[in-house]
Amino acid sequence: MSTTSALPDTGTSPLPTVDPRRVGDRVFGGLAAGSGIMILVILAMVAAFLLVQGGPALFADPAKLASQGYGEFASWVAPYAFGTVWAAVLALAMAVPVAIGIALFITHYAPRRMAAPLGYLIDLLAAVPSVVFGLWGADLLSRSVRGLYGWLNDNLGFIPLFSGQVSGTGRTILTAAVVLAVMVLPIITSLSREVFLQTPRLHEEAALALGATRWEMIKMAVLPFARPGLVAAIMLGLGRALGETMAVTMVLSGGKNITFQVLTSDNPNTIAATIAQNFPEAFGLKTNQLIAAGLVLFAITLAVNTVARWIVSRRAEYSGAN
Amino acid sequence: MGKRIEVTDLNVYYGDFRAVEDVSITIEPKSVTAFIGPSGCGKSTFLRTLNRMHEVIPGARVEGEVLLDGENLYGPGVDPVRVRRHIGMVFQRPNPFPTMSIKENVLAGINLNNKRMPGSEKDDLAEQALKGANLWEEVKNRLNKPGASLSGGQQQRLCIARAIAMEPEVLLMDEPASALDPISTLAIEDLMNELKQRYTIVIVTHNMQQAARVSDVTAFFNIAGAGAPGRLIEAGPTEKIFSAPDVKATEDYISGRFG
Repeated sequence: MSTTSALPDTGTSPLPTVDPRRVGDRVFGGLAAGSGIMILVILAMVAAFLLVQGGPALFADPAKLASQGYGEFASWVAPYAFGTVWAAVLALAMAVPVAIGIALFITHYAPRRMAAPLGYLIDLLAAVPSVVFGLWGADLLSRSVRGLYGWLNDNLGFIPLFSGQVSGTGRTILTAAVVLAVMVLPIITSLSREVFLQTPRLHEEAALALGATRWEMIKMAVLPFARPGLVAAIMLGLGRALGETMAVTMVLSGGKNITFQVLTSDNPNTIAATIAQNFPEAFGLKTNQLIAAGLVLFAITLAVNTVARWIVSRRAEYSGAN
Repeated sequence: MGKRIEVTDLNVYYGDFRAVEDVSITIEPKSVTAFIGPSGCGKSTFLRTLNRMHEVIPGARVEGEVLLDGENLYGPGVDPVRVRRHIGMVFQRPNPFPTMSIKENVLAGINLNNKRMPGSEKDDLAEQALKGANLWEEVKNRLNKPGASLSGGQQQRLCIARAIAMEPEVLLMDEPASALDPISTLAIEDLMNELKQRYTIVIVTHNMQQAARVSDVTAFFNIAGAGAPGRLIEAGPTEKIFSAPDVKATEDYISGRFG
């Protein structure tokens, strides 16, 4: 090409190899990379701590665990792991329909003037400290649900879920799940709202132009488009419900009984609440055993989050718009 | 099928802003009527008032009368959902439902109206609609593939099939070929010529050659300036509008001397 020869020859290269102005670029890039690496280091340190401190309990002689710890590890942690997952699943079963309903109301039904403040209020719910939810659940909620639980047991007792001897305190796993449901509601609601808002206007109009009512339009255009995002939102809510400690500790009078009955006073405790309740008095092998339980909880939440991430990443190739 | 539309003194407002002013026009059945004019002149807005799709936009409202064979679309108690089941619409960009197959897309409107229709009848109807949209030969072996797997022009014909599966009385087309290549555009234009045997067709287009090629009647919309409402300047047989329009602005626009 002759274009370069047309430039006046200044004696220096017209394209300097290093531009000094890029120093800022490199500093910022380094800082960003450092922050990214720090996350990995912190995560690795947490995992290492759980493994090192929990390890002695994991590999200890069962007889030694029985005398110095809380008993054989697997059978000790199983009810708590079950309680953790069961409480979270119950919470989601209640929270998800309500959250999707609220999100649809905000995005597609509420008048504009009302939608924004309502969304703000929902987000505000996420700012309530969990100890406050715990107080509310332990004091007010558990007292006021006793009548309802009695009624459920009398009339729907044939469903295994509601069978058994009704708890007199109301501090059952169902009450704990209601509190958890209220706590995960804001996360699921605001994520679903974002997903619903991203529905291409083209698809909504396509449905409406075919003579769809608003609900039919939501079924035809909004929900199919939003499905992967909704799954991710639910998974993130599940992650929060699994790890919640304070509220469950305060509300649930938990034991070691693996049961699906939700109204009795014989409830499985959650891992997080078990650790919180026992850690202050634990020593030696008991401490190791509680930390090992933490490792189990870490594994459960990690698995849930991995699944959520995987679903979110699948959304990238989901071609909603064309 | 193929009904007459009579519009009298129609004004369209977005909130306080008047977007379209005093439009009166009669659209003949079984013909193609083209709306032309510069961007922002209100022709798309006006088109949307013909099946009440403008109501999707918050704050949009209409004053005036739109009669479909004598029945006022804006009469008291008229449900916009029912209006849209009789007056189909095709959009600027092809918008098949991405999660539905080709067949499901064609039957999307039918499934809203008539859920109990037996499967074989639905298959026949889907075939008729796809044949009507000149798409059958291209897709008959892959009816269960996603609608989004088709090319842009095929997708637009799929959207036309979806609209005519409802057996509408009128078909509104908002720049249906503006996102398509010339060959796909030609396919859509040929299709319009066939469809007008059965339906009343109204098309908005920026392409004046297209208006000249496909339409029987052309209506020219214009605005006096930014912020002014769009008005219908002139409507008449396409041949006359393109050769000897009554209004100077029409001639300027058509001959490219505009603005």
